[in-house]
Amino acid sequence: MSFLAFVEGPLFYIAAAVFLLGAAWKILGLIRLGRRPDLAPPRGSAAWGFVRGNLRHFVPRGIFTRRTWLHIVAGYSFHIALAVLVFFGAFHIAFIERLTGLSWQALPRWGFIVAAEIAFAGLIVLWVRRISDPVMRQITRAEDHASTILTFLVMLTGCLALQESHASLRAIHMLFVDIWLLYFPFSRLMHAFTFVLSRGHSGATYGRKGINL
Amino acid sequence: MSDKKENRAQIAIEKFIEFTDGEVASFFEACVHCGECAEACHFHLNTGGAKYTPTWKLEPMRRSYERHLAPLSGIKRALGLVPPEVDEAMLTEWEPLVYDSCNMCARCTLVCPMGLDIAGTIRKMREGFSAAGFVPEGLERAADFVRKTTSPMGITLKALTAQVRRVEKETGIEIHIDKRGAEYMATFSSMEVMGYPEVIAAYARLFKRAGVDWTISSKAYEATNVGVQIGSGPFAREIVARVVEAAEELEVKYLISPECGHAYGAVRWAGPNMMGRQFKFEVVHIVELLDRLRREGRIPVGRRDGRRMTLHDPCQIIRRGGLLREPRRLMADSCADFVEMKGAGVTNFCCGGGGGVSANPRAHDLQDAAFDSKQAQLDAIEGLEAVVVPCANCRSVFEDGLEAREMELEVLGLSELLADTLADLEAEDA
Repeated sequence: MSFLAFVEGPLFYIAAAVFLLGAAWKILGLIRLGRRPDLAPPRGSAAWGFVRGNLRHFVPRGIFTRRTWLHIVAGYSFHIALAVLVFFGAFHIAFIERLTGLSWQALPRWGFIVAAEIAFAGLIVLWVRRISDPVMRQITRAEDHASTILTFLVMLTGCLALQESHASLRAIHMLFVDIWLLYFPFSRLMHAFTFVLSRGHSGATYGRKGINL
Repeated sequence: MSDKKENRAQIAIEKFIEFTDGEVASFFEACVHCGECAEACHFHLNTGGAKYTPTWKLEPMRRSYERHLAPLSGIKRALGLVPPEVDEAMLTEWEPLVYDSCNMCARCTLVCPMGLDIAGTIRKMREGFSAAGFVPEGLERAADFVRKTTSPMGITLKALTAQVRRVEKETGIEIHIDKRGAEYMATFSSMEVMGYPEVIAAYARLFKRAGVDWTISSKAYEATNVGVQIGSGPFAREIVARVVEAAEELEVKYLISPECGHAYGAVRWAGPNMMGRQFKFEVVHIVELLDRLRREGRIPVGRRDGRRMTLHDPCQIIRRGGLLREPRRLMADSCADFVEMKGAGVTNFCCGGGGGVSANPRAHDLQDAAFDSKQAQLDAIEGLEAVVVPCANCRSVFEDGLEAREMELEVLGLSELLADTLADLEAEDA
């Protein structure tokens, strides 16, 4: 078995299984920890607060933006562009089609390159902020850097593999994808799922009080 | 000594874990250390201190969670990837961050992309600090006063009765103490009783006009809850229980929470959970009640104050209490030239003294630094003559802050402002 076949085959299946089971285990574990019942008579709906809390925090509040605009722009740029790359890159769609039989319209090549540039710019700005801002240096832990560097390497090797000039470049990209998937449930990367719970819990707490935070 | 130290840390860790439910755990899991919360925190904004970043203040509890409770922590522990155990040195270092530099105002929740309720989590984390004996001396002293007199300022029933009699004489209105079967039972903060007795007079005037049947309990006239500020669940429950039992003994239908932020949160939102049951009466904040009476037409529209005024939003009443519109409607009815501060409403700055900070002399300089944000908001309103502060604790912080800055600005409560609009009607009646 070639190295490419290994990282696209057995290692990928193992990594995907760890990713799916680990993430599910973590989410179920958080749900299983429960939430203390609230006996105070409500003024509003906790369920609606859960939904509103999730939606409200997508939209930055204007009063803070003078101080937070860089993080907002870089954060949204990176996340949206990364999602576009993952789900609309022609090679990714072909890979998913091979696994599942599902397929959809891919981005043109120029669109992929623009999205990649935006994603790189966003991630680099976020990382430079992390290593240069005193607040960020205070609160950053090794695992924050690990998540950033690993994601950067996945993106970088993905771009190197874009030309399909050499199978080994594609194999290296897949190796980093596998490592990223294996690392995901144990890391900050889980925020991709846990944000729903954290926003929802706060939204429910304040929703009961009749306020939308 | 060494065992004792380990035990103190162990006590704190056990409390941290006890209070880490799915809600708190989801906060720890979702936080990406983006630092946005620092941009909402008046302690960071006015000192530049990175250690005042709200999420950093949660570090001991987060560390205990990741080490002992987090899903998949077993695998990380086997690989040596869990954080080190919380020890006494860490608790000592964090105690000022947890008590001196957090008002539990929840402004950071607004800016957090993950919506972390850091204020609520600090409240839970204080349970660990309190149980392990890491509490500021000032708060301990207030707690001692409460144990001895039921008041954090040591106000006795005798002192309250004297103030009530004085108010009766001034207003000519009888105020009942321990009237069984009254519809409403009013509570106050000690600061109101001794520092701002005009609040009691305002209640008497407004309730007489509205035909409200009310009383004060000789057993529970003090509504503030130092147990909540310290983070001691059992002590907080004891204080709430005294108020609840007194209200149920007097068979009132409503308990009036005073113009005090944390008193409202303690009895309205946390109270039933501390007691483990719902109450036989409804808790209503005085601002909520006055707004209700006004809307029902039981308090008529009087002569509005013509001065240029603004409104401070006490965090525990507005942002964490849910009473956003009520004070604004009352302001519009009572003030002819009401101007909102920049950032008013849910995003308003805390005064800097909430969450027990004003009762903690060690935190005085930090509190004063935090008030710079308030000063900037006030300075931005041209021709401002008075600020309405519907919380006695915030009010005393405002008075200190304004005096330190030599700012000439009247500070008054909302009940008094509303009561004063009735002056002409009262004169006609007389």
